[in-house]
Amino acid sequence: MEYVLIFISAIFVNNIVLSQFLGICPFLGVSKKIDTSLGMSAAVAFVLTLATIVTWLVQKYVLDAFGLQYLQTIAFILVIASLVQMVEIVLKKVSPALYQALGIFLPLITTNCAVLGVAILVIQKDYNLLQSVVYAFSTAIGFGVALTVFAGMREQLELVKIPKGMQGMAIVMLSAGLLSLAFMGFSGVDGGLKILFGLD
Amino acid sequence: MNAIQIIKNGIVKENPTFVLMLGMCPTLATTTSAGNGMSMGLATMAVLICTNVVISCLKSVTPDKVRIPVFIVVIAAFVTLLQMVIKAYLPEVDASLGLFIPLIVVNCIILGRAEAFAAKNSPVASLFDGIGIGLGFTLGLTLLGMCRELLGSGSIFGFTLIPETYNILLFVLPPGAFITLGFLIAIVNKIRN
Amino acid sequence: MKKLESSLLNMVLVLTGVAVIMGGILAFVNHLTEGPIADQKAKALADGIKSVMCVDDLQVANTDTVKQTDAKGKELIYVIYETKDAQGHELGAAVESTTGGFGGNLKVLVGFNTEGQILGYTLLEHAETPGLGAKADKWFQKGEKGDIIGLTPAQPLTVSKDGGKVDAITASTITSRAFLLAVNNAYNAYKAAPIDAESGATKKSE
Repeated sequence: MEYVLIFISAIFVNNIVLSQFLGICPFLGVSKKIDTSLGMSAAVAFVLTLATIVTWLVQKYVLDAFGLQYLQTIAFILVIASLVQMVEIVLKKVSPALYQALGIFLPLITTNCAVLGVAILVIQKDYNLLQSVVYAFSTAIGFGVALTVFAGMREQLELVKIPKGMQGMAIVMLSAGLLSLAFMGFSGVDGGLKILFGLD
Repeated sequence: MNAIQIIKNGIVKENPTFVLMLGMCPTLATTTSAGNGMSMGLATMAVLICTNVVISCLKSVTPDKVRIPVFIVVIAAFVTLLQMVIKAYLPEVDASLGLFIPLIVVNCIILGRAEAFAAKNSPVASLFDGIGIGLGFTLGLTLLGMCRELLGSGSIFGFTLIPETYNILLFVLPPGAFITLGFLIAIVNKIRN
Repeated sequence: MKKLESSLLNMVLVLTGVAVIMGGILAFVNHLTEGPIADQKAKALADGIKSVMCVDDLQVANTDTVKQTDAKGKELIYVIYETKDAQGHELGAAVESTTGGFGGNLKVLVGFNTEGQILGYTLLEHAETPGLGAKADKWFQKGEKGDIIGLTPAQPLTVSKDGGKVDAITASTITSRAFLLAVNNAYNAYKAAPIDAESGATKKSE
């Protein structure tokens, strides 16, 4: 039940993009079409989960073990960067079809702050490995939900006449604001579920 | 280009917040008040100046293929330095910016300027570019923070101007960040054209 | 200047070199800032204790960590800082207590005098909504709308909605309930502590 709670709260209540402001760059950059946004979401889900597992292990068995906690940022970003490279190479060899679909998004993920953010957050929250994996995966799903819904909104936006000054990024920001407002409606749901599941 | 031109370029022509639209995560997340926005801007500027200068110095000894990893190591090192210094001497800043200090590493502005400017120009020019872009970012964040703080909490830099009854809470909440930035961008567009 | 060639040796050398130099600088600065960071933490705690006890001149006589298991089997941890003034008189204790708020954990430090009256409180850690629940840092202070200073939570404090006498923060009942629960728990932990206020005082003065 605890994992269900982590899952729901990471997707809806504390949505990584709309309430925690992580991963805004791809959220704004890759949300013009639903197709590409789905591809990006899949790539992020894959890398985010994998990176969280690896960084968690690095933290517990290297940094904590040798008292090198101050190298956390540098170690995590290097792990993430090389992981992205490795995924790219492996994918190219193993599944060219998947590489075709996700390939172009992979290099962008290194600078997606959601990946580094989640890696640091699970350490701060003191999650165990399983909790971390569930949290990372749910966060990625939350990212995907926000990105895809937003892409849908932007596709519609193409069809309407927008006042001149508001064209471009301005209207995109306002739409994102409305979406974020809608997601605020979920706040407090996690508290209710906690009581429902008898965890509190 | 002389120093003043480079600095002006960073503040006006290539303003990271309103023109380049880089580093949106800290821009939206840390601007709940003018003070928070400004400290985030200054923190980013400090890192940017250091990384720009160091990367520019290293440019001739960095083989092209490992360029990006070298940049990332340098950036991550300076961010960690900053994090330690802030924790040690400015604990209030650490409390209000929290996770977003280590996340300066993945701020696209830093890597972007390293790649687009520092790797091609002299250390001195890179220094001024860091100052210019850093100031532009700080101004953008402070402005956004001021608007949100004024509308949401009725104050600017903590000085109350509007009584609490008239505060529009929405503006300090996440949706307010998007909406305020949207309107600011529209206004900047209007002025620039 | 000519760029260094991208041969494998060069790449490995440069990357390792940069990493080692940067690692070295970090280790050095870490060494330098370790002391100040620890000092800041200690100072923040000491300031917190002073502010909730409403006395400037005090010392922590004894620090106690109390673990309780609630009805659902969840472990709750309280830290009790027993304090004395400069003359060695028992002042009461500052108690650290955590509950689940609206947005995440809500950690408060509450000061009690030896009778168990609330002297002051401060929020150590919270994730409440800014402008709503986050107002808890001022709302329950002396002279504010939800003033709890001077009350004794022997009868658990509750918000007026639940039949109690404390006014909840406008539109933030959940935060208010969580806050009061933290205060009530802190009181119970303090009273149930191995050395309770009165006997503790006599024991130590002997």
